[in-house]
Amino acid sequence: MTPLSAFLLVAALVFSIGLAIALTRRNAILVLIGIELMLNAANLNLIAFWRFGEHAAGHADALRGMMFAIFSIAVAAAEAAVGLGLAIAYHRHSKTTDLDAMTRMKG
Amino acid sequence: MMIFGLSIVFVFTAIITVAGALAAALMRNLIHCALSLTVTFGGLALLYLQLDAQFAGFAQILVYIGAVAILVVFAILLTRGAGHSEYKDFSNRWFGGLALAAGAFALLAWAVVRSLPDNVTTGAAPAVTVQTIGKSLMSTYVLPLEIVAVLLTVALIGAVIVAMPESSSTKAGGR
Repeated sequence: MTPLSAFLLVAALVFSIGLAIALTRRNAILVLIGIELMLNAANLNLIAFWRFGEHAAGHADALRGMMFAIFSIAVAAAEAAVGLGLAIAYHRHSKTTDLDAMTRMKG
Repeated sequence: MMIFGLSIVFVFTAIITVAGALAAALMRNLIHCALSLTVTFGGLALLYLQLDAQFAGFAQILVYIGAVAILVVFAILLTRGAGHSEYKDFSNRWFGGLALAAGAFALLAWAVVRSLPDNVTTGAAPAVTVQTIGKSLMSTYVLPLEIVAVLLTVALIGAVIVAMPESSSTKAGGR
């Protein structure tokens, strides 16, 4: 079995790549992609700790880590829908998704 | 077969995942970025499957590859057009962002390597079937489930309202 630290290192790599995307790219949609990558890295951590944690078989808490990850996936989907809707709405207004050109949000 | 004490399947999926994320960070064409993001989502789903989390793995495929990636591609296609080429791809202060991300990775990797012994005992795979997940969603986790249902409804309505064409009073000046 692959050790826990290998999964955590992969998650750390994905998280920092997502952080780099969110901080350096200029397109609003790519920044959202970076945020999605960071959320996915957190989910990978949750599931890795769930798998390697101690849980007695049949115990009520045996599912807790995976449930957290599943709810996190649902919240991330809602976040993506709203964020992309905002990007489309702003683009309709001012014909750009460049973050440095997004200087006003007051309609 | 093992590489550095890791199974070759894990090494392969980890390389796919990280390479997809790197490609999404570096490519210039936005559609290519979205497609390599999909590769990353698939690699993460494979990692979930290796962790015996079948339900989470297939939920990842359904939600991320099936919905979020398609949504991202649609948003890119809808917002592409005028003014795309005159802007640079990367921020002027990209070096600071890159340094911050590298620092975050160094901190995380240091914490992982320092705090975890390699011989963490792995018990038997927890017996989690879809039936037990459904039962606990309806009993232990019923309140979070309802809250997520409300959240998804609100997000759906909010996204539609935000992205809807505006009324004619403001449209006259905008177009």
